[in-house]
Amino acid sequence: MGKLTGWLPRDPRTCQTAALSLFLLYGVTRLRLPLSAGDVTLTITSALATQFFFSRAYRLAHFDPRSALITALSLCLLLRSATPVGMMLGAAIAVASKFVVRVGGRHLFNPSNLALVLMIAVGWGWVTPGQWGNIGITAVVLAGAGAWVVTRAARLDLSLAFLGFWALILIGRGWILGDPLEIALHSLKSGSLVLFAFFMLSDPKTTPRGRLPRVAFALAIALGGYLVTFWLFEPHGFLWSLVFCTPLAPLFDRIPGLGPDPLPGLRPTKENRNEETLSCAHPHRHLAWQRLGLLRLLRRQGGHSPLQQQLSRGPRTAQ
Amino acid sequence: MVLARHNDRTVVTMENDYRGDPREFAMVVPVPTVLSRGQIHVGETKVLDHLDAYTAPRLVEYHDPDPCEVERRMRRSLDAVSESVVLPASAQPGRASGVTVEARYSVGEYDVVILSATESNGLEGWLRANGYRLPPAAGRILGSYIRQGLHFFVAKVNLERHQGLGRSTLRPLQIAYESSRFMLPIRLGTLNADGPQELFVFTLTRAGRVEPVNYRTARLPTGMNIPVFIKNDFASFYRDMFDRQVKTEGMRPVFLEYAWDMAWCDPCAADPLSAKELRQLGVFWAETPSQSGAQNVFVTRMHLRYDATTFPQDLILHETADRTNFQGRYALQHPWQGESRCAASETYLAQLPARWDREALTLAELTGWTLEEINRRMDRKVLTVEPSPTWWQRLWKQ
Repeated sequence: MGKLTGWLPRDPRTCQTAALSLFLLYGVTRLRLPLSAGDVTLTITSALATQFFFSRAYRLAHFDPRSALITALSLCLLLRSATPVGMMLGAAIAVASKFVVRVGGRHLFNPSNLALVLMIAVGWGWVTPGQWGNIGITAVVLAGAGAWVVTRAARLDLSLAFLGFWALILIGRGWILGDPLEIALHSLKSGSLVLFAFFMLSDPKTTPRGRLPRVAFALAIALGGYLVTFWLFEPHGFLWSLVFCTPLAPLFDRIPGLGPDPLPGLRPTKENRNEETLSCAHPHRHLAWQRLGLLRLLRRQGGHSPLQQQLSRGPRTAQ
Repeated sequence: MVLARHNDRTVVTMENDYRGDPREFAMVVPVPTVLSRGQIHVGETKVLDHLDAYTAPRLVEYHDPDPCEVERRMRRSLDAVSESVVLPASAQPGRASGVTVEARYSVGEYDVVILSATESNGLEGWLRANGYRLPPAAGRILGSYIRQGLHFFVAKVNLERHQGLGRSTLRPLQIAYESSRFMLPIRLGTLNADGPQELFVFTLTRAGRVEPVNYRTARLPTGMNIPVFIKNDFASFYRDMFDRQVKTEGMRPVFLEYAWDMAWCDPCAADPLSAKELRQLGVFWAETPSQSGAQNVFVTRMHLRYDATTFPQDLILHETADRTNFQGRYALQHPWQGESRCAASETYLAQLPARWDREALTLAELTGWTLEEINRRMDRKVLTVEPSPTWWQRLWKQ
């Protein structure tokens, strides 16, 4: 893995931004997605402006646009709104939620996921699950391989476990109903499902830290998706399932017998405790919440500024 | 097929283009609930025809103005382009064990039976025993619907009543039910006849456009300028354009042909439906029949060609908040035929062949027709250009 990805930029978010941009380019040019350059520009601008605002408000050492850019691109891929204002609002909600909706210093929700369900719920936006069509199995494998490289396999176990559980559910349901296998395969080849699994679900900040807890988390998302899709007959089963499961992610790490088992490089160390970047996408930065928790505590005591400057000069092992 | 839906309340209007012997006609439709007599109705074909005409792809004609006049007007900073006639498209939409007969109804020219079943063999046997001819593969699909907890709405024509009505065609059947399922069962349709099936789905909703969840929606190409001879052959153009789009996309997407607030249209292929007509189509939230015009009704027209390979699943639909208007619209730009001559008219006439070339190419790309055929049908009559008088001719009035 190290050799394979040695030529890639050190920050996975750079690759992720490139991958999402390619998806967007493909969608607009080949699938004629109803999205203008102005929509994309305004969505990105809104996300970056929100990130900048909260970086200042929370007195972070510096403004880091990368995770906000990824959030904006994700929303461009998934969210649709009648006006660019809706897209901008979605982006602002997503980025703001990273700072505002926190418990114990941790994101409570996946930012893009939260913005999508809120926009759908209030009727200011919609998601078109069928917009990516049904891609071939080859494309699913290629997307998986791409995601493996892009994310350094940091959360690939979660994506694969989810796809595996979902495949089992669909094939099992088809078998019970007596349906041909083509029906389950048709659903599994959905481009939206692939995007969800590899690029939304895999957010390291809102998923369990241990591998086994992640597998259990994947099962919960798949079962929730089944409940919403086939019992409540609502579209966007995964989005709703994820928004309800994400706040529970830390609990999965506490399930007896599963326990957190951070991936190599993700164990809490003296160095990465000093991480100062707020990111929703960086797989190596799941401990940032601990630092933020510390910062918040210090803010209340009115003594955080000098320490923050000190922290910002600390070693940055995750880069 | 027309679906009027708000919250979980759904009214489905089913029209079949069946043209054969009424004795041979029957339909089996999976439904989410057992329907009472009051939930079944017979509608009027003409309302469906009106909805079809209102939502059909349309031509809009423009007439080039006198270029000399334009020149004069431009000097006065006025725009001289005008829009005129609109043509509607002549579009064609597109036994025994384990079976419980929940109810039998006589509705208009139809005899309706509502069935529940616990096993597909039983249902298949019951249908065969009662004179329904089923394709061999129907059992498996019926079984799937049974296990999903669906019931069956089975209708056939009562010949006596049909003849008594003195109609040559069958009227659309309507059913009303409440269910959170927003889907259109199309799997049985793939067993029906030879080759792919054609289906037009119209939805009437409050919030906005409806789209399939499990299939891609592609928008029909729109807004192009095409040769003016299409005015007399729009039906062929539309048919061949749709064929071409279906082939290009591998018969995989559902095509969006129209999405509009029912209160207005621009240009109008037909007048918007009245509140009375909308209620006839199941729009239960439309205002009283006496009120003209419609409010809070958003119409979506989808068109698909499908078979079991490319559309293995039923259509699962959802309503979006999208109220963006969309229509299949094609412009005919008539050249100016006047007599005025000036420097501007020479420039205008000189650019006409290039414009016709572009229109021919667009038409060829849209329909797959050959350029030779298109050029043959185009009236490329080049207007004779009298050279405009030179300055010295104007000076001495030669």
